[in-house]
Amino acid sequence: MSEIAVRVGGQAGDGIQSIGESLARGFSRMGLHVFGLNAYQSVIRGGHVWFQARASDGRPESPGDGADILYALDRTTVDVHAAGLRSGSTVIFDPEKFALAASDLPNGVTPLGVPTLEIARKYTSQSILQNAGGLGATAFLAGIPLDLLHQVLTDSFGRKAGDIVAWNVGASTDGYRFAEQHASPNARALSRRGAPKLLMTGNSAIALGAAAAGCKFLAQYPMTPASSIMHWMAAHSTQLGVVVKQAEDELAAINMAIGASFAGVRSMTATSGGGFSLMVEALGMAGMTETPLVVVDSQRAGPSTGLPTKTEQGDLNLMLGAGQGEFPRAILAPATPSEAYRAMIDAFRLAEEWQTPVLVAVDLHLSENYMTVDREEIDLEVPVPSLFQVQPNGGSYLRYQYTPSGVSPRAIPGQPGLNFVAGSDEHDERGHLISDIRAGIPRWISERQQMMEKRMRKLHGLAANAPAPVLEGPADAPLTFVAWGSTVAAVRDAMAELRATGHPTNLLRFPTLYPLDAEKVAALLGKARKTLLVEANFSGQFGRLLRAETGYQFSHRLLKYDGEPFFPHEIVARALEVM
Amino acid sequence: MADTTVAPKATTVGTALPLVGKTDTKPTWCPGCGDFGVVAAVEMAVKRLGIPSHNVVIVSGIGCSSNLPHFLSSYGFHGIHGRALPVAEGIRWANHGLTVIGTGGDGDGFGIGAGHFVHAMRRNVDLTYVTMDNQIYGLTTGQASPTSTMGQKTKSTPNGVIENPIDPIALALASGATYVARGFSGDVKHLADLVAKGIQHKGFALVDVFSPCVTYNKINTFDFFRQRVYKLESAGHNPADLVAAWQRSLEWGDKIPIGLFYETDRPTYEDLEEVLSAGPLALQPAGLHGKEKLLDEFV
Ligand SMILES: Cc1ncc(C[n+]2csc(CCOP(=O)(O)OP(=O)(O)O)c2C)c(N)n1
Ligand code: SF4
Ligand SMILES: [Mg+2]
Repeated sequence: MSEIAVRVGGQAGDGIQSIGESLARGFSRMGLHVFGLNAYQSVIRGGHVWFQARASDGRPESPGDGADILYALDRTTVDVHAAGLRSGSTVIFDPEKFALAASDLPNGVTPLGVPTLEIARKYTSQSILQNAGGLGATAFLAGIPLDLLHQVLTDSFGRKAGDIVAWNVGASTDGYRFAEQHASPNARALSRRGAPKLLMTGNSAIALGAAAAGCKFLAQYPMTPASSIMHWMAAHSTQLGVVVKQAEDELAAINMAIGASFAGVRSMTATSGGGFSLMVEALGMAGMTETPLVVVDSQRAGPSTGLPTKTEQGDLNLMLGAGQGEFPRAILAPATPSEAYRAMIDAFRLAEEWQTPVLVAVDLHLSENYMTVDREEIDLEVPVPSLFQVQPNGGSYLRYQYTPSGVSPRAIPGQPGLNFVAGSDEHDERGHLISDIRAGIPRWISERQQMMEKRMRKLHGLAANAPAPVLEGPADAPLTFVAWGSTVAAVRDAMAELRATGHPTNLLRFPTLYPLDAEKVAALLGKARKTLLVEANFSGQFGRLLRAETGYQFSHRLLKYDGEPFFPHEIVARALEVM
Repeated sequence: MADTTVAPKATTVGTALPLVGKTDTKPTWCPGCGDFGVVAAVEMAVKRLGIPSHNVVIVSGIGCSSNLPHFLSSYGFHGIHGRALPVAEGIRWANHGLTVIGTGGDGDGFGIGAGHFVHAMRRNVDLTYVTMDNQIYGLTTGQASPTSTMGQKTKSTPNGVIENPIDPIALALASGATYVARGFSGDVKHLADLVAKGIQHKGFALVDVFSPCVTYNKINTFDFFRQRVYKLESAGHNPADLVAAWQRSLEWGDKIPIGLFYETDRPTYEDLEEVLSAGPLALQPAGLHGKEKLLDEFV
């Protein structure tokens, strides 16, 4: 697998994300797979931000461990990133902004001064155009053809005034030509390899997957890193016929989604840990009223407000335990945008089939970073059956009928002859309360027990129908990684590195965190020669769950809670230590 | 009101369409509780409008009053404390062919659910919200509520309430409700009128009801209100006049107004939500079949 990684850094407000996205898109249109890391802070202006586009003829699933080109819009960027540059790399900067000599840089790293401001002044007095010159020079070094860069810029500015497109195309050409005259492309630069790929963030894949699954209602309250799910859906609301409601708070968001689902619309909400904490009580109501519901928790580093723009997998315990009492739920955990798209389809299918809440556990790292997907991986033709399925049968309709699967016929308001009341209080098969005057009377004590058992039976069905654990890599490898969510993707990259150095490993990943088929999982773990648990949290929450479910105890763990994503070298180092 | 738009044809054609009536679940309220009058008024109002029971959804939170959906034969959603309105809004947006009625207590609506109350009104969601305002927490056996009177002694305020009460009528006027009324469960006919008009009104309709808790509120009793209430309709009040409505909302003491304070016409949230112009969301096509072009933006 050959790769090239390009980094661009500056201050918040400098337009770093837009430069980075253009580079990532340039690569993806070359037919390369890309991982785009968008590292930002919780400030709108000022503060160091950076973006890295890592392109490969293989399939990179993490930011990787180094860069080959650095476009530095300020001196801080050089200070922060110089050490992460591989030998043979170049730092692009504008000498008008700050001075930089080869002696300021590590061995093997060359500075390339590009007059980006001077180029910009040819077109306009708006200094933001300097980015186009810098982008052009970066693209040249990165091996992105100029015509592709022009296409990317034209498409991204397409809706704006003609001048802006022309200036950007002009300035990027000037930057490209300047670099051509003063340097040559990086030795790692790759060439075009076929059809363009789709470049998606986890959140756009989540929103797209929801819409494909038939979601027609999203209620949400803004919270990083979940907000862009709402942004995507809102931008496509009229086109797709999805009602998007920014609620007054997360309590309202989840209750609105439950109301809409009750009334016959596939519904969801999305949030991060803080908002999810507020949703806890209503989650139980969805379980009790047996109303299908999909909730996305995009985790960020906690506790409390924590690190709003940094990643973590610290909410698993919360998701497992959210809600008083016990009710069936499933927790899915995709690793990549491609998997996130399919996880949403699974989530809606499971929520609807089992009439209970399904949580989708993602994190900032997956939500907000970019990965490429092959077009064939996104199948939009998802069956979306009508929800008006139950027919009146003459008056003896039991909304909460005891059934072997635990699933009862669900009528939708507006259907005649099936009227019922959904109650958050305990109820009998008809939905009548057994919570007040009937509570404690022997007949109703037994009804309560049966109703609990009916609901909890759904866990068997969920476990049997949710995506099962997957073993990737050679079955007899000396080391088995155990991971979930976006961490899986980083482990895959580490496994490739280990393989390349003669250390085969395999990976047991869990697209479903709960419920688990404990016997099967125990058997899978039992076959592993040695295991290494990798999680982005302090206490190894999933490891604890596996221990509770199977008795298996991990003797080797790699836990990270500094807010940063896993980088492959960290996993490689720990694996070599354990092996 | 036609029922044909709210569920797929197959399930509506050729079926009898019974009106809302009582269920075989007997209310568990204390004998004499004000809420009996409210359930009677809601039943009367919905019946009078001839809305088939399967097109009505009554939504509530938690409290004595919030048990109301179980006593009427429509669809119902008996949710959690304070969250009746967001559930009701979700139902309206999923199917705006349905008649949605929120019910609950003063604690439910103006205490724990106060935020939702204000926002539902500013959105002018087309639903009717009937609050059984007994100025006390009934179900939890008699603590102060957000509408309890200054100085009132309750289990949680043995030395008397020291917070100024919320005035639901003034709050509704300030929040942009387009139908603001107050009823008294001691006058069921009058209350039924207010509820029926609230249902017919296009937009958010508040009917705040003096619905005495005979067990835990010994101040705001049936007699208390009987001696004080007067009807705005007979007092020459013009419900189109917002300033007059404000003035009336401030009246409290020997004379307390009931009736319609204010009504105005403003587009509803459902009117303004473009997606809903294609009909009830629940009946619109779902999924992305044949929408391959959507993927172009990711290239
Ligand atoms: C989240 C939550 N907090 C507290 C309660 C306990 N609780 C139940 S009803 C209620 C207050 C009821 O007062 P109100 O809404 O005025 O209804 P009423 O019983 O007076 O009709 C409270 C505090 C609860 N069920 N849920
Ligand atoms: S406690 Fe009060 S509000 Fe509750 S049922 Fe009894 S009288 Fe009614
Ligand atoms: Mg009360």
